[in-house]
Amino acid sequence: MSAQVPPHLDAEVNALLAHYPPEQKRSAVLMVLHAVQEQCGCVSDAMVEWVAAKLGCQPIHVYECVTFYPMFRRKRVGKYHIKICRTLSCELAGSHKLSETLQKTVGTGMDQTTPDGKFTISWVECLAACGTGPCLMINDDFHEKVTKEKAEQLLANLK
Amino acid sequence: MAAVERKLITARMDQPGYSNRLESYLAAGGYGALRKALAMTPEAIRAEVSKAGLRGRGGAGFGCGLKWSLVDRKSGKPIYLICNADESEPGTFKDKQIIYKDPHALIEGIVCASFANGVKTAYIYIRGEFAEGYKILVTAIEEARAKNFVGANILGSGYSLEIFVHRGAGAYICGEETGLIESLEGKRAYPRFKPPYFPAVLGLWMCPTIVNNVETLCNIPLIVGMGGAEFSHIGTPNNTGTRMMCVSGHVNKPGYYEVELGKITLGELINGLCGGVSGGRKAKAIIPGGSSAKVMRCDERFKGKKRDGTEYDWSWQDVPVDFDSVAMIGSMAGSGGVIVLDETADLPKALANIAEFYAHESCGQCTPCREGSLWMAKALHRMTHGRAMKGDTDYLKSIADNIPGRTICPFGEACSWPVQSFIEKFRDDFAKLEK
Ligand SMILES: Cc1cc2nc3c(=O)[nH]c(=O)nc-3n(C[C@H](O)[C@H](O)[C@H](O)COP(=O)(O)O)c2cc1C
Ligand code: SF4
Ligand code: FES
Repeated sequence: MSAQVPPHLDAEVNALLAHYPPEQKRSAVLMVLHAVQEQCGCVSDAMVEWVAAKLGCQPIHVYECVTFYPMFRRKRVGKYHIKICRTLSCELAGSHKLSETLQKTVGTGMDQTTPDGKFTISWVECLAACGTGPCLMINDDFHEKVTKEKAEQLLANLK
Repeated sequence: MAAVERKLITARMDQPGYSNRLESYLAAGGYGALRKALAMTPEAIRAEVSKAGLRGRGGAGFGCGLKWSLVDRKSGKPIYLICNADESEPGTFKDKQIIYKDPHALIEGIVCASFANGVKTAYIYIRGEFAEGYKILVTAIEEARAKNFVGANILGSGYSLEIFVHRGAGAYICGEETGLIESLEGKRAYPRFKPPYFPAVLGLWMCPTIVNNVETLCNIPLIVGMGGAEFSHIGTPNNTGTRMMCVSGHVNKPGYYEVELGKITLGELINGLCGGVSGGRKAKAIIPGGSSAKVMRCDERFKGKKRDGTEYDWSWQDVPVDFDSVAMIGSMAGSGGVIVLDETADLPKALANIAEFYAHESCGQCTPCREGSLWMAKALHRMTHGRAMKGDTDYLKSIADNIPGRTICPFGEACSWPVQSFIEKFRDDFAKLEK
């Protein structure tokens, strides 16, 4: 298997490696996987091998991180990944109603992607915005105090 | 006592026109403490931090000066400093405010702390979800480097420091300091055995390492600026300084409030600063220090003897907001996250939510934690979905009783304490689910 490495990724990874002592290259794995996922949409087997070669470790060392850390995914998700906080303060603030609204508006269930590949909705754990719940993230952006109206507005802006 | 905030850490961040860029911080007198620190000796700064009595704001409340004094300075190996910006204890949302709104305050803290400890390389371990926070920190470090507050020969002092930002990727256990170190080494975040792996001796890459929370580090420039003695007069003895208290759940004005430790009560925090319990209702239960802290029952009287021998007899409103008082009443101030549950709250449902968090976040190394956290979540799920079985309450309790003390890291306690305390304080709410 040989990976299709996007242009710039190699340079980006080399720059990241400079943050760690030369004999500790493996330490960069999370940073490198973030960079890979950002550019490729997910972390494929081929990219696991590419990363291992870059870091001078075995593919299993990279693979175990891909499976251990919830933010890394093996398959692509929708263009907009909506991550709703499931944890207590947000539940008290109405996250369940919010998830129902979102599922209905978008037309898909939790952990599923719409057929057009536009939206995926998932639960995530506490996002450190408990005072302004219910909160969610759309890709890398935080949205707090998400009322029904605000949720519908957010989605409308994404269309 | 009037319920007032004392804004030291949060002095700038919410002022109109304040931005997270360097100009704002400089205009507010930023990096003044760094200049002062560089004119002192590292030993002198460490002595001031000890004198200040600063306790860690990450969860355990461990003395910062004491932590620094345990660092192995004779090993000949480099000493590393890691800023713990993994902020993921449910109910806690203060470090994010600092990072997003006033990142230079953190960077100045890291440079001062690093200089005081002979650190040449520091890492900020930031939780993966703070993607924007990561960019803000990287930009702030570049800005600081351009003004020579970071990098080689800082302000001509001969002292050099590099700061790198390292992103996590969604695992709560990376907040535990040895799990964090494993994660920073590029592995799964499996916490390490202590002993022998005390970070101060065998930390990052087996080198002496200091792990401090974001808010803790932001206090260092304050201490350098005013001196340890003056800092020690803020707050109360053994609970010095201020703390960013995070309040969420059933209150009218949830949010973060910076208060002097021990100078205000839980009642003043919730009924005063937070505008009272939602809808004018009564508080039923309070989780005072992040979701792993033991729950307080609000109609209980808290009685006992203080360390100085005087007796106390408190309602929940009377409990001073500080490390020692919350510990005295059988819980912990923990991460500073206060979650309020009012009289309408469904406590088994709240506990089921918490238990599901821990079941999801156990790293899986220790059998009692991996299996126990899952069993507790499953039992609570069926209890809150009309399928409770006879004896479930005792079953839950017995699982929770068999985890603490039998695991590698304090997550074992963290996942058991909520279950033990909810059942101890509100047994009827659980028992009535058993038909
Ligand atoms: C399960 C667990 C999770 C933790 N999560 C965090 C966290 O998210 N942020 C943090 O600063 N400390 C966290 N801690 C505490 C750290 O292990 C460590 O004590 C702290 O970062 C030390 O900093 P301090 O002395 O400045 O408080 C956690 C501890 C445990 C046991
Ligand atoms: S107590 Fe739990 S989280 Fe901690 S090391 Fe053991 S299994 Fe992992
Ligand atoms: S509980 Fe939702 S952000 Fe903390």
